[in-house]
Amino acid sequence: MRYITPAIIAAIVALALIRKKAVYGDFTDGARGGLGLLADIFPPLVAILTAVSMLRASGAMDILLDLISPATDMLGIPSGALPLILIRPFSGSGSIGVLTDILSRYGADSFTGRLASVISGSTETTFYCLAVYLSKTRVKDIRRAIPCAVIGDLAGIAASLIALRYLGL
Amino acid sequence: MGVVSLNYIWGAMMLISIVCAVMTGRVDETVNAVFDGAKGAADTVLALAGGMCFWTGLMKIAERSGISAFIARAISPLLRRLFPHSGEAAREHIAMNLTANLLGMGNAATPAGMLAAEALDRENPAPEKPSINICMLIVLNTTAFQLVPTTLIALRSAAGAADAASVILPIWFASAVSVTAGVISVKIMGRLIKCDT
Repeated sequence: MRYITPAIIAAIVALALIRKKAVYGDFTDGARGGLGLLADIFPPLVAILTAVSMLRASGAMDILLDLISPATDMLGIPSGALPLILIRPFSGSGSIGVLTDILSRYGADSFTGRLASVISGSTETTFYCLAVYLSKTRVKDIRRAIPCAVIGDLAGIAASLIALRYLGL
Repeated sequence: MGVVSLNYIWGAMMLISIVCAVMTGRVDETVNAVFDGAKGAADTVLALAGGMCFWTGLMKIAERSGISAFIARAISPLLRRLFPHSGEAAREHIAMNLTANLLGMGNAATPAGMLAAEALDRENPAPEKPSINICMLIVLNTTAFQLVPTTLIALRSAAGAADAASVILPIWFASAVSVTAGVISVKIMGRLIKCDT
């Protein structure tokens, strides 16, 4: 497992060097692009982290989790990961904010932190994708597209749980 | 839609917190939470900056050294099976879209996907409803398979994970399951619709 990251880095750099590419210049160009991403992430992060921390401090989060947790306990989903599952289909920046909150609250290596990480890595902002791609078509009736996308999402969440809880990945 | 629904979600989060704070008598804590949250965002972005820029730098090397073009060529036979009766132009955009997703280049994936949707729309005989190929494009994007989830790994290192990349294997597993489930459900829907007509 701990060889995955170094292997990916080595493979990309070695391949680029073999093909005589300017790896250093390409790297710094890309890293500059990263700054733009950070600038995009920051404003929504302020909005979501503020809202989530208000929900927690006011006690509203506890009320919400108490309401949903009987159902998720039965499925073996820790209630701490629920806010992420709720926001993930709607907003990428929103789910980054919620994931950040979960990682700092429960720890990146806790079960809840790892499950939240795997869910956000293996699912997408489904409803946002639907809206963006269909906006380039003449489609009026989107009902046909929703069930397949939602089935994919639910399978991804279930598989995340199975991978961590039963397969020990 | 993403932006519109976030208007309601975020608005509701703020208002519910404030109403709840008044009812539970936790007004002071909630006001402090506003500034804790905002400070948390600044801390996170600072902690994230190094790792994030490292990964976008590495992915740029992958893009410029032709690794993305290689992947696009490698998946083209697969695309013919996933998108039956689709045109060459549509498949080219789809290949770019999926490759960009695979390499985590979100800002390249979305424009390519929109071009692909446009091309598939021209081939749609009943344009009021999404064709099976359009549904396939959407499902492949909503279950997007990303080889190296760069933002996620950077976030985990920022949060002090012992091994930030240790979630890659379970993510590959879960992504494979969700893509498979999505593709199968689109194919099944394709059969059902043919039975209709």
